Amino acid sequence: MPQISLTVNGKPASAEVESRTLLVELLREKLHLTGTHVGCDTSQCGACVVEVDGKSVKSCTMLAVQAAGAHVTTIEGLASADGKLHPMQEMFREHHALQCGYCTPGMVMSAIDLVNSHPDGLSEEQIRHGLEGNICRCTGYHNIVKAIHAAWFVMHGKEMPIAAE
Amino acid sequence: MYDFSYHKPGSVADAVKMLGADGEAKALAGGMTFIPVLKQRLNKPSAVVDLSAAGLSGIKLEGDKLIIGAMTTHATVASSPEVKKAIPALAHLANNIGDRQVRSRGTIGGSLANNDPSACYPSAVLALGATIHTNQRKVAADDYFQGMFATALEPGEIITAVEFPMAERAAYAKFPNPASRYAMVGVFVAKTAKGVRVAVTGAGQNGVFRHAAMEAALSTSFTPDAIKSVTTPADMMNADIHGSAAYRAHLVGVMAARAVAAA
Ligand SMILES: Cc1cc2nc3c(=O)[nH]c(=O)nc-3n(C[C@H](O)[C@H](O)[C@H](O)COP(=O)(O)OP(=O)(O)OC[C@H]3O[C@@H](n4cnc5c(N)ncnc54)[C@H](O)[C@@H]3O)c2cc1C
Ligand code: FES
Ligand code: FES
Repeated sequence: MPQISLTVNGKPASAEVESRTLLVELLREKLHLTGTHVGCDTSQCGACVVEVDGKSVKSCTMLAVQAAGAHVTTIEGLASADGKLHPMQEMFREHHALQCGYCTPGMVMSAIDLVNSHPDGLSEEQIRHGLEGNICRCTGYHNIVKAIHAAWFVMHGKEMPIAAE
Repeated sequence: MYDFSYHKPGSVADAVKMLGADGEAKALAGGMTFIPVLKQRLNKPSAVVDLSAAGLSGIKLEGDKLIIGAMTTHATVASSPEVKKAIPALAHLANNIGDRQVRSRGTIGGSLANNDPSACYPSAVLALGATIHTNQRKVAADDYFQGMFATALEPGEIITAVEFPMAERAAYAKFPNPASRYAMVGVFVAKTAKGVRVAVTGAGQNGVFRHAAMEAALSTSFTPDAIKSVTTPADMMNADIHGSAAYRAHLVGVMAARAVAAA
């Protein structure tokens, strides 16, 4: 069986996997990082989204061997060692952007990629387009969009204009 | 998923050798179609040959040609300054394939090798009259697409790049399936040095096709009005739970008019 090494949440990890082992199976079953969820297993729902070398990907649709040598970040890698939440997590909490929480790890990982890749601004339309790969059955998305909008300002160190709402 | 051996060759020559030596070996690009297929056990390759290290990604403008490497992802095409400058319609098409995560991994070569009847790229390649480069030859778009999931590729043949000519005007209009974002109907219109071409994806029973009646009408006048009275025979159309043949035939006209207006 192939032995692979990669960096997960900043720490070196290695594991023996089968060629057919999915990245999400490596994360959940071998590395016990169960924050990454499997919602559909058919590449549709985005509950399994993690970051691989700076890009958000569906870890249910990538082989573990394809991630050999890569830098992988999962939801467990976001908060700092002292427990301080990542600004995106903080904004999800602040704006009530989750209910059951099943979709949340994938949403947060997609949202961080979206914010990082739009340094010049991020419109509501761009947020909604950017979330097409993440399905939420609870919230109706509206608060998720609000949370991401607010996190954009925090993550880019800008003042958020006061909304009239 | 059945197990297989995994290989990641460092060159096209090595990949071709591996695929040639073993008839049951299959190429892997972004995996956005292939991994779901493997999960469903619809395919049982002995070996999977990952093309990601074979040097096939990248975009370049060479004179009046835009050349996109087979392993270039949809996200890269969507954000490429070269593509936006040369054929903005192609960047727009790539930016609306599936979702952000599909665009991070899915590739132009994988899409064309697969030739899904509702995929977006086949319509652009056919309408623009692009040329598919493989490890052994160059194939014109008109000869490449051979029906649903069928192409001119021989077993073990690898797409290396796609060469697009410049377009005077071009646009793609898609009516996406709201769940998957694949095209229920997608129409790519293009006016190039070779004339006006219209390619329709998502709708036809035999996959992507050229719409001769629309091409003739648009050659006279490249306006949405010119195709108002052009009809699309419903008996050529695909029918499924997402839409009937008549519905798709109607949508072809609507999407074509939108594409012409946007071009
Ligand atoms: C949720 C979802 C939504 C999607 N929505 C859309 C959409 O809206 N529009 C659209 O067009 N597509 C859509 N797709 C498809 C996606 O865009 C990919 O382009 C497509 O899955 C194939 O590309 P890939 O790089 O992932 O190839 P793979 O899945 O890796 O390979 C596909 C097939 O092509 C072969 N192959 C791959 N590369 C080569 C090569 N260079 N030479 C020869 N053979 C090769 C493989 O052996 C395999 O048989 C969607 C996919 C998903 C999962
Ligand atoms: S579990 Fe991966 S997309 Fe749903
Ligand atoms: S919070 Fe329940 S699925 Fe999104």
